[in-house]
Amino acid sequence: MKLRTLAVAALSAVVLALPATMVEASKVKGEVTNFDFSFQGLTGTYDRNQLQRGLQVYHEVCSSCHGLQYVAFRTLSDRNGPELPDEQMRALADMYEVWDDALRDWRPATGPDHFPESQFEGAPDLSLMTKARAGFSGPYGLGINQLMKGIGGPEYVASFLLGYTGEDDFQAGSMFYYNNAYGGWVSMAPVLFDDMVFYEDGTPATEEQMALDVAAFLAWTAEPKLVERKHAGFVGVIFLSVLAALLYLTNKQLWAPVKRAAKKD
Amino acid sequence: MSGIPHDHYEPKTNAEKYVHRRLPIIGLIYDTIMIPTPKNLNWMWIWGIVLMVCLVLQIVTGIVLAMHYTPHVDHAFASVEHIMRNVNGGHMLRYLHQNGSMLFFFAVYLHMFRSMYYGSYKAPREITWIIGMLIYLAMMATAFMGYVLPWGQMSFWGATVITGLFGAIPGIGETLQLWLLGGPAVDNAALNRFFSLHYLLPFVILGLVIVHVWAFHTTGNNNPTGVEVRRGSKEEAQKDTLPFWPYFVIKDLFALALILIAFWAVVGFMPNFLGHTDNYIEANPLVTPPEIVPEWYFLPFYAILRAFTSDVWLVIAVNWVTFGIVDATFFGVLAMFGSIFVWALLPWLDTSSVRSGRYRPMFKIWFWLFIVNFVVLTWAGAMPAEGIYTTIALIGTTYWFAYFLVILPLLGVLEKPLPEPASIEEDFKSSLKSKPDNDPKGPAPEPIPAE
Repeated sequence: MKLRTLAVAALSAVVLALPATMVEASKVKGEVTNFDFSFQGLTGTYDRNQLQRGLQVYHEVCSSCHGLQYVAFRTLSDRNGPELPDEQMRALADMYEVWDDALRDWRPATGPDHFPESQFEGAPDLSLMTKARAGFSGPYGLGINQLMKGIGGPEYVASFLLGYTGEDDFQAGSMFYYNNAYGGWVSMAPVLFDDMVFYEDGTPATEEQMALDVAAFLAWTAEPKLVERKHAGFVGVIFLSVLAALLYLTNKQLWAPVKRAAKKD
Repeated sequence: MSGIPHDHYEPKTNAEKYVHRRLPIIGLIYDTIMIPTPKNLNWMWIWGIVLMVCLVLQIVTGIVLAMHYTPHVDHAFASVEHIMRNVNGGHMLRYLHQNGSMLFFFAVYLHMFRSMYYGSYKAPREITWIIGMLIYLAMMATAFMGYVLPWGQMSFWGATVITGLFGAIPGIGETLQLWLLGGPAVDNAALNRFFSLHYLLPFVILGLVIVHVWAFHTTGNNNPTGVEVRRGSKEEAQKDTLPFWPYFVIKDLFALALILIAFWAVVGFMPNFLGHTDNYIEANPLVTPPEIVPEWYFLPFYAILRAFTSDVWLVIAVNWVTFGIVDATFFGVLAMFGSIFVWALLPWLDTSSVRSGRYRPMFKIWFWLFIVNFVVLTWAGAMPAEGIYTTIALIGTTYWFAYFLVILPLLGVLEKPLPEPASIEEDFKSSLKSKPDNDPKGPAPEPIPAE
């Protein structure tokens, strides 16, 4: 049993509010599909349309249980994100209610407010979910798969949503569902069914399409500065390479007379 | 500053004379950066500069991060997310600080391995080595407390496990743990003091670094041959050395630039690769992760800590001899601290009079085995403490102690060292002549073997 798999599996079990005995049963390796996402690789960026579709899936499906407490509505309009037009962002925020300390009452959310927290304890907050899960691990604890394929958070989320086998089990007063990506019984029921949302851009809302879209959206909520970070990475590497080249030449020039003198004797 | 004869600073202008009479700071800086440095230093002598840059990077990014971070159990995790999302450049600052700690440890291990291979810890550089070990200990304390600050699951449970080690000390353990944490468990009091100490210790490290540099500026640098710089006269010393500025500053900066390219690429493209996904889940005292793993740079010692289970005969024997006072947990704690302690005693455990591993044929084999063992222990520390992994960790731990307590003392007696070169100058020349000449202006000389 690989460490990461075990850690991820057992931890998800706890987060998903499973009884302790279920952790033992979850010692099966989950199957995570290595999906292609637009934001992978050195130059990958978020696909704006996909993030908007993912937001729609979150809004219409996930948000009934799960929160996004670290995500401010205003950031939905940020560059390199879903880039929702300002008025659409405000209209969306208006559909959520947040607690206002000054009013001592609930009021409709506005741009600076954050998405609400999860509606009940069993459902974890999704803001950082794609960074809190590893889809790939090993072999033999060496991390080579993570190096080649990435850590696999978004892949895990998409695989999880698509991983239900249809088996269910009633235990200790709760219903559990078998999930292949998790490799065990989970308390969350399958939620995605073909055409349960209607995409404005005409993309067919298949189960897989929705899973990938919402996984991409959650990758953005977890790492909203990914594009800026990669950009800084390129700029830094290029500048440092130029600096290294200049220093190499300087060093060579500087040492040349010393080495010449040493060779002469 | 150093015992090697060289030109000292002479104030020339009136302004320099004015300052020098009142505070000889220009002279101090001049003598520090003009220190005569052995010509033959190889590329393993660059890590000191890399470490200096790491320390400065950590302090600068850390101070800015502290401006936005909130050391409170209810706000710490959210304040880190605030840094990642709302603070200008905050995501880069945090990833630089997080991965900077890893570059810091990567460099310090290579720095220590270099010292071990070339015998840099041997007389008269024992105090330099001891101060270095104190820096390393302070780094471990700083890194451990820094890892607690984001208040993720691994922060919380790592802190619980490590402070629990103090609780394993018989008699005073529980009181000590209570005093360290400021409460019965890792909570707000612990987070606050860890934040305070995490801010303080880097400046202690900075002070120790100054003493470390002072110490080796007094003895002069070691070099790949381990042969001392000739000190009979200034002319003689100049045949073996070059001033640190500009020759080694530029060389070090070039190496630093290459290392920073790799570092920057990691920060830009895979900043979470070396971290643990669990630390993006907020700390929850009610949910224990099934496997608690420290950051990779602590893994060899974590493997040593967990290697001694209650079924190891040595543990059983010690337990019996001490009337049950030393149990398996406490034995593991002793082994972990002991492994660092024997490392610190290296100057007195190595009995060979030859400094450099280059001229010690038997030592070489055992040294490289030590390096391999270090990597294996790192890996074993990341695996679950069960089955074959504990056995591997136990074998690795045995080799660790055997290397310091048996092999090194014996090698000095058993080994027949190879002849050392007469001077650094000779080594420098022969290393150049052994390479094909790639200077297009001159004729290519015959390659001559180094020895």
